Amino acid sequence: MPALATEAAQLSLVIEVGGMPVRMNTSDPGFLALLQERYAGFVTSSHRAAIEFDVDLNPPDFIDPEADVRVTRHLNLWTIERGDFHAEWDQADRRGKIRQSANPYSIDGVLRIVHTLVLAKQGGLLVHSASAVRNGKAFLFAGVSGAGKTTISRLAPADTTLLTDEISYVRPQNGGYTAFGTPFTGELAKLGENVSAPVEALYLLAQGPENRIDPVAPGEAARSVLANVLFFAEDEELVQAVFHSVFEFVSRVRVSRLTFVPDARVWELIR
Amino acid sequence: MSRLYLARNPRAAARSLDGEMMIMSGRDSTLFTLNKTATILWQSADGTTPLDEIVAHRICPEFEVEPAVALRDAENLARELASHEIMQISELPIAPRNSLPGEAR
Repeated sequence: MPALATEAAQLSLVIEVGGMPVRMNTSDPGFLALLQERYAGFVTSSHRAAIEFDVDLNPPDFIDPEADVRVTRHLNLWTIERGDFHAEWDQADRRGKIRQSANPYSIDGVLRIVHTLVLAKQGGLLVHSASAVRNGKAFLFAGVSGAGKTTISRLAPADTTLLTDEISYVRPQNGGYTAFGTPFTGELAKLGENVSAPVEALYLLAQGPENRIDPVAPGEAARSVLANVLFFAEDEELVQAVFHSVFEFVSRVRVSRLTFVPDARVWELIR
Repeated sequence: MSRLYLARNPRAAARSLDGEMMIMSGRDSTLFTLNKTATILWQSADGTTPLDEIVAHRICPEFEVEPAVALRDAENLARELASHEIMQISELPIAPRNSLPGEAR
C-alpha cells in the first residue's frame, strides 16, 4: 500500500559548546543553513550528541517578544519558555523539542539555558562576562551591560584569543577551572574562538581615570560573581548547586577589580 | 512568657566566607549577607536551644547589651529572617532535618 504522506527528510547538525555536543534536527534545509552560518566554528561533524532537539518551525500560538524566560521542571521534564519559543527537554533520555519561528535567536536562548542546567550539575557556570586567552591562560571580565565587556574585547591585542564578548563558559577541571569559547555574542556580534584554557583570573570591570587592578574581599567577590551568573531555572536544588559552585569558584580563582580607561594599554596589566 | 526556638531552613543555601555568612533563599534566589548578630542566630539555630539561651550565652557576652533589649532585638531579627524563609521559628522545639545545606561546608 503506498504511503499516504511522504515523511520530510530529517536534517541535523551538532553544535558543540564547552565540549557538550547538542544535536538539532530540522526538516527545513534553509534553517539548517542558517544554523550552520550562525554557529560556524562550533558545528562539529561528530555523530555523538549528549542532547538532541527536534526543532518544529511552527511558532508558539502566543508570541510576546517582551515575555521573560521561564524555566520549570516536573520530574525529569524541563519546560523552557520565552515569548518567542516553547521548548521541552527530558533530562533522563536527553531528548527534547523546540517550537519557534525560523530565526537563530530563539534557538540561541534555548542553548544557553540548557547549558546552564547541565553545567549546574557539574559545578560549572555561565557568567555574564567577556573572556579571552593570553599566554595560555584565560581571563574573565565580568560586569553588567555598559561595564566595558565589549570595549575590553575590542581592545584585545593580536596575541589574544577572544572566547566571548558576552557569556563565559567555565567548568571545574584539574583542580581549577577551564574557560571555553562560546558562540554567545554581545554587542561585538563576533563569535568566540572554539578553544579552551585554564582560568587565571576574573576581573570585575569598572571604568575610571587610570588602569589599575585592586584586590576584592572574598565576600564581595562571591556576591559580584553571583550577580553575574546566568541561571533561570525555578528549581531549589539547582539554585543551591549554583550558589555553592560560585563559592568554589571564588575560592580557587583570583577575583580582582580592573579599573580601566578605554584604550589598549589596559592589556599591559593582563598577562 | 513562651520561649522561641529557631532552626535553619534546609531549603536555604549557606556559606561562610572570610567571616561573612551568606544565605541564598531557595524560594526566590534572594541573597542575604548576615550581620554579626544574625550570623550568631543562624549558627545557633539548632531547633532545640531556646532563643533566650542563645541571647544569654552567645549574644550578650559578645555585644555587652542589656539582656532584655538583646532578647527583644534578637526576636525581631529572627522573625525577619523567618519572613524571608531562611529560618524557621516556633514556640516548640523544631525537629532536626537530615541535612542543612552549607552546615558541613
